[in-house]
Amino acid sequence: MPPEDADRDRPQDSASPAQVINDFSIQVATVNGSGSQTANLVLIRSLFQMGIPVSGKNLFPSNIAGLPTWYTIRASKHGYLGRKKEIDLLVAMNPETAKEDVLALDAGAAVIYDEPLRLQDLRSDLTFYPVPFDKLVAPVCPDAKLRRLVRNMIYDGALSKLLGIEMAEMEHALGRQLGRKARAVALNLAALKAGYDFAAASLPKRDPFCVERMNATQGKILIEANAAVAIGAMMAGVTVVTWYPITPSSTVCETLIEYMKQYRLDKESGKATFAIVQAEDELASIGMALGAGWAGARSMTATSGPGLSLMSELTGLGYYTEVPAVIIDVQRLGPSTGLPTRTAQGDILSAAVLSHGDTRHIMLIPHSAEECYELTMTAFDLAERFQTPVFVMTDLDLGMNTWVSDVFTYPDRPLDRGKRLDAETLKRLGEWGRYVDVDGDGIAYRSVPGDGMPAYFNRGSGHNTRGQYSERPDDYRNNLDRLARKFETARQWVPREAVDVDPEAEIALIAYGSSHWAVEEARDQLRDEAGVRTSYMRLRAYPFTTEVERFIDRHTRVYVVEQNRDAQMLSLLKLDLTPGQVGKLRSVLYYTGLPIDARSVTDEVLAQERA
Amino acid sequence: MTTETPAAPAPGRKLNRLNLDVQSYRGGKSTLCAGCGHNAISERIVEAYFEMGIDPTGVIKLSGIGCSSKSPAYFLGTSHAFNAAHGRMAAVATGAVLANKQLRALGVSGDGDTSAIGAGHFVHLMRRNVPMIYIVENNGCYGLTKGQISPTADLGSTLKNGVVNDLPPMDLCALAIQLGATFVARSFSGDKKQLASLLKAAIAHRGTVLLDVISPCVTFNDHEGSTKSYAYVKEHDDPLGEILFVPYFDDIVVDYEPGTTKEVKLHDGSRVYLKKIEEGYNPQDKLAALSLLDETARKGEFATGLLYIEPDRRSFTDLLNLVDQPLSMLPEEALRPSREALEQIMERLR
Repeated sequence: MPPEDADRDRPQDSASPAQVINDFSIQVATVNGSGSQTANLVLIRSLFQMGIPVSGKNLFPSNIAGLPTWYTIRASKHGYLGRKKEIDLLVAMNPETAKEDVLALDAGAAVIYDEPLRLQDLRSDLTFYPVPFDKLVAPVCPDAKLRRLVRNMIYDGALSKLLGIEMAEMEHALGRQLGRKARAVALNLAALKAGYDFAAASLPKRDPFCVERMNATQGKILIEANAAVAIGAMMAGVTVVTWYPITPSSTVCETLIEYMKQYRLDKESGKATFAIVQAEDELASIGMALGAGWAGARSMTATSGPGLSLMSELTGLGYYTEVPAVIIDVQRLGPSTGLPTRTAQGDILSAAVLSHGDTRHIMLIPHSAEECYELTMTAFDLAERFQTPVFVMTDLDLGMNTWVSDVFTYPDRPLDRGKRLDAETLKRLGEWGRYVDVDGDGIAYRSVPGDGMPAYFNRGSGHNTRGQYSERPDDYRNNLDRLARKFETARQWVPREAVDVDPEAEIALIAYGSSHWAVEEARDQLRDEAGVRTSYMRLRAYPFTTEVERFIDRHTRVYVVEQNRDAQMLSLLKLDLTPGQVGKLRSVLYYTGLPIDARSVTDEVLAQERA
Repeated sequence: MTTETPAAPAPGRKLNRLNLDVQSYRGGKSTLCAGCGHNAISERIVEAYFEMGIDPTGVIKLSGIGCSSKSPAYFLGTSHAFNAAHGRMAAVATGAVLANKQLRALGVSGDGDTSAIGAGHFVHLMRRNVPMIYIVENNGCYGLTKGQISPTADLGSTLKNGVVNDLPPMDLCALAIQLGATFVARSFSGDKKQLASLLKAAIAHRGTVLLDVISPCVTFNDHEGSTKSYAYVKEHDDPLGEILFVPYFDDIVVDYEPGTTKEVKLHDGSRVYLKKIEEGYNPQDKLAALSLLDETARKGEFATGLLYIEPDRRSFTDLLNLVDQPLSMLPEEALRPSREALEQIMERLR
């Protein structure tokens, strides 16, 4: 793993002989395309089956084969699911990075490595376990062409012995992972056992890390949040899905296709109650989504940064003509192409005001797989309620990594199709105009083609309350003011912030999305290690509710933690706050492309507190 | 400055098979230049939808940006309309058709809107065979931004200010045929009879119709040196033969001399007759259509009429195997899977 900063003199406690139970991180360094994914998922699943909170993060290159890739697995008895900055066990399989990976470790870490790499002389403060992978794999996999694929199971076997992960659970996990492919299961199982037996015979335990069965994952699921978004979209009744492949959002739609084929075909005719189209580009995917939304469908698209930029013009069209659509933005790192396989929260500001002129968009910001499911459903309701594009802002860390999650609960309320004109409403209104604010909340009644109600001319050019072309100054201004009123109304409809106030805390943290996991852990570190108590508010939507102001008023200093360089959420907050409130805000920013970790948050908060 | 005023009442009392008069198919008053070819096209659209007895409330009108794209305001005033962004009509129309495949989609675009900024979507709409009519009101220039050259301008044609186009033109018909469009025709805004017949046949077709209509811009591109001027087009229009369209609900028996007429039966039972067509020309032969377009272009002529038709290819909505009811009208029971379905999904993730 590339060195992320120079701070390597963390106080060490692992030198003590005491065991460290269910609290460590494993990093597996391989070459991408070498088939390590099965081995890594089997490790995660085994820990999960043993009831231990676990998370898996794939730090992979934007490449198909040949570049270095790192997979980190964290077991945490405390339930911390964020990335752990320190690596406790390294599995060094990649000759290209092995030396650098070993030199980056903290003292006390353990290294399982491919014997020919001869890493043992690099450091004297680590525990080394050499494993002759090629010698072990040859007898269990006579077919030389397959050896590359099963070789990685040997480190699973060695870890099973060294850490005490039950072999029965490893075998069960392997079966889950490979399903009915009997030959593949047999080969992998043999490799797993070869690794285990070798460790039992030749690797006396010299590190403190080990696992013990817990009961913290009972009834839970393991899922990548892109799949959670897909399930949410399906349960929300999405009918038109238009998308263009882009990392890290592609698996939202690919997973959705699989689920829809299973659960959304008409039972009698076998025909589809949905259309999913891979478009020619993101201009088309948002264009189609808006065309469908205008015509009354529940439509969505999924994308990431570069696609978001391409969608800018039409998102403004959706805002101004008031057409519903859901846009899933699985954020990745950087301007331009950036790093497509690394995570960030860097689209917050641009999504909030995406497009030219005066625009403002509703964003929902989930922090977990479960919330990705729930807020995706909410997004469809809000898009139709507010007749506007609604963003679901997730990120690569959530979307493509493996999370322990509570099971998803079945929606307890019907779909909200918003203010649709019907015969009764038309009678009540007397005369209907597409953009007349009848109820004073900024939301007008809409008709859709084919519903038998009066038609209107949907246009991105200036229009009056009847949707007619107009260049009148008062028509333009009245319309924009109504749109602003509609956005104000949204404050009462979006999911409220999650607030945890510590009455004794002087300082507070504000975070959102995947940063939550590091912040949650950092609060414990601040309290336990430095005696600093904190309150915490997790933002879940834009516009913010009035709760934000109350929360800031209660505290002296408020740290806004986010994964971007420019303090994007803090900038949005400033728009809503008084100068006094703004004066309390400080930033904790993390933008390396790796998921934010608790230690970085703790260190930065303490540094600013002591400055 | 509100520019949509109701049009003057129509003189005719004739009713169509829906008992609607032609007035029911009109829209607002045109704000385009007097003599603009686009106005003539709007008139033909009104006539064609009236004569075919199409329910205007089941039609959606879509357009991009430009003079052409303003025109949906001037016909079918009771239809829903979506005036999208520049070049994006095809994408928006595709989405709308997916949402409700029972709607009859009519897209109106211009040569800049289609062949320049919208080229990416145009080609994919043709490939997909999205069931809709796509009219390009083609004048070889950007009218609304005052006369810049467009990609359909012919090589060597000049602008009003003397600028010569030194790039070869895009032939939208040839492109559409290559890409798999199933109804490709070219006409001239001044040819009432041909355009009316083509529009009616287009309405009867199920699949993508590309109708490239040369429509001179009287303000910026109707001068000597322009190949999209009234004078030039009238001089160089090379009709494939007289076209006659017989809708399925008319029981006219047509008796033409054998060997000079080509009959094509459309999906809904309507028929198109190409009378006195060039010897051996078969509008269901892709290569013949492409070579005709190439030959006429070399001579500086426009082949007009029904260039290519493939009446039976499955449309995009057929390929997607959609339920019969429009997706936009499906009730919640059809949209939200059961509690058991969610439990099953969760069980597999445990």
